Amino acid sequence: MNARHADIPAQPTPSASDATPTAFAMADSATTKAASAVAVANAVRAGARAAALPPLPTWNPFSLWYSDGWTVTKRNLIKIKRSPDMLVFAVIQPIMFVLLFSQVYGGAIAVEGSDYTQFLMAGIFAQTVVFGATFSGAAMALDLKEGIIDRFRSLPMNASAVLIGRTNGDLMLNTISMVIMMATGLAVGWRVTTSPPEFLAGAGLLLLFGYAFSWVMALLGMSVKSPEVINNASFLILFPLTFVSNAFVPSETLPTALRVFAEWNPVSSLVQAVRQLFGNLGTAPVPDIWTMQNPVLTVLIGITVMLLVFVPLCIRKFASISSR
Amino acid sequence: MIIEAQGLTKTYQSKSGPVHALAGLDLSVPRGTVKALLGPNGAGKTTVVKMLTTLIRPDAGTAVIDGIDVIRHPKSVRRIIGVSGQYAAVDENLTGFENLEMVGRLYHLGGPAARKRAQELIDLFELTAAGNRPVKGFSGGMRRRIDLAGALVINPKVLFLDEPTTGLDPRSRIALWDVIKRLVADGTTVLLTTQYLEEADQLADDIVVIDDGRVIAEGTSDQLKAQIGGHRVVVALVDAADGAVARDVLARHGSGIPTISTDGRGVEVAVTDGPNALQNMLADLRAAEVSLHDAGMRRPTLDDVFLKLTGHKADLSAADDDDSSGPKLSKRAQAKRDKARAAKAAAADLESVK
Repeated sequence: MNARHADIPAQPTPSASDATPTAFAMADSATTKAASAVAVANAVRAGARAAALPPLPTWNPFSLWYSDGWTVTKRNLIKIKRSPDMLVFAVIQPIMFVLLFSQVYGGAIAVEGSDYTQFLMAGIFAQTVVFGATFSGAAMALDLKEGIIDRFRSLPMNASAVLIGRTNGDLMLNTISMVIMMATGLAVGWRVTTSPPEFLAGAGLLLLFGYAFSWVMALLGMSVKSPEVINNASFLILFPLTFVSNAFVPSETLPTALRVFAEWNPVSSLVQAVRQLFGNLGTAPVPDIWTMQNPVLTVLIGITVMLLVFVPLCIRKFASISSR
Repeated sequence: MIIEAQGLTKTYQSKSGPVHALAGLDLSVPRGTVKALLGPNGAGKTTVVKMLTTLIRPDAGTAVIDGIDVIRHPKSVRRIIGVSGQYAAVDENLTGFENLEMVGRLYHLGGPAARKRAQELIDLFELTAAGNRPVKGFSGGMRRRIDLAGALVINPKVLFLDEPTTGLDPRSRIALWDVIKRLVADGTTVLLTTQYLEEADQLADDIVVIDDGRVIAEGTSDQLKAQIGGHRVVVALVDAADGAVARDVLARHGSGIPTISTDGRGVEVAVTDGPNALQNMLADLRAAEVSLHDAGMRRPTLDDVFLKLTGHKADLSAADDDDSSGPKLSKRAQAKRDKARAAKAAAADLESVK
């Protein structure tokens, strides 16, 4: 083995003075100018510095999990702050939906026992948190393609941290959207008629559902071949899920097959639960289906099931993915 | 040996049948040396790196890094390695500093140490001016430097560089070589993959040539060159009718059988004593009244190595695509490129199945 460093003993930790002659000789033969000599000196010092790094602190597994998750969350929050297109999408889209539906369809759709704006808002909230979850899918697919997932996976970090950071980022984005939508809703006449705790419970339920759904979309994002696919795939899932529900029209008006789907659709339960908690149900009769009669419980079960199934699936998938 | 791998095997299922990305590859790297894996696209270079860096599991075979089993204890291996890949895995929206700080935190250095190390690396890689701007605005060479810095956040025992300069312009390539040379000067063990013989020659102590997931040659750069012959002399004729005469002249002074290009005007031969042979050939060609468009020497390329070792040319077409893939490609252009790559990969699949 005619190796350049064969004379260096095992486990080399060269001191600056050892390395200098080699480094300078090398710089001379390189095609670069005098600047490289300075740079080489830098490099030699850095080698010494790196060797002098403090020993790794000892962490217990929980604080590792927490700190890794927070590190990646921070990355995604910075990303939200620095990508205007994402913020615009998160801000403008909900305003647009509120105005479009309340002003365009508001006059045409008569809802029994309530005015359309009161009826509509819960539907738009639910649609927005579900759509918001697609960010997780698209972002995972993009990170995978760009090789950032490879970087993360080659680090001794907690395997779930990337996913936790990702879904936390979505939660943040959904919270921003929610606040803006509520303000817009108030401006067009929507009112909450229940107590503050009930209102908070409703908002919490929406965000929690969106969070759980982020994990579903993250799995999808890790399973597709390219980020382009994920957008098309998510629309195939999202449109039926949000439109074949009681979000925009009462489910009783749908043809039988669609009505049954709508009544068992978790999004319908979410909408129903939020209407109930915000006091937007009006006097319309509630369909005589268990999911509609107990919407809050149904949604909580739905969230639990989604998290119990998809969190482990996501973590398992993450441990085996790599770009290309 | 700091890296010791035996019988690494990986088979992917594709539409045209199983594709052997790696077919029982052995690899050992002595501590403190630089080893280059040289091969065309699809030879299995990246697969080897991904296995050794715990990203994918081999179907069969074993790999040990610094005494730690890569398959059984991936997390312990991750604590002692640094990886820099061909796609510059940095977050576009973060600044150079934030990227490095994040990596430091994920190595669990803790906040203050991570920030300190990030600043050191920014200074070291001469990115001080750009360190606080989002990576989005960086040139390809700067991204690579940030990515390479990410691999050095801890002082890794083994540094993996997967095609560190693919897609860079020649100036950035030389600048990055310079950085890598400085690193290896202080004894870091490096496993590097490349498609460029010159890159392997510049950086590595030992070169392993791989093709179709197998090692086909191994040795120092000099040993390999001795095996494939040194320089090549190439002449371009004004008149194709002179082909036979030119071939005879080149054969007389060359060390092999000259080849003639399809249009009959390019004649090429391997030579041992380049400059002397070239002078003699030119003198003889002039005496034979053969007029030339061009004449010169060139270094052997990967294609020459492959032609010699395997009898077939390296499929570098996909690599050319890589060269054009700057970060500035539009989405559409990227999609188009991806499509072209997929088509090529499918074609390569067919090849390897045959």
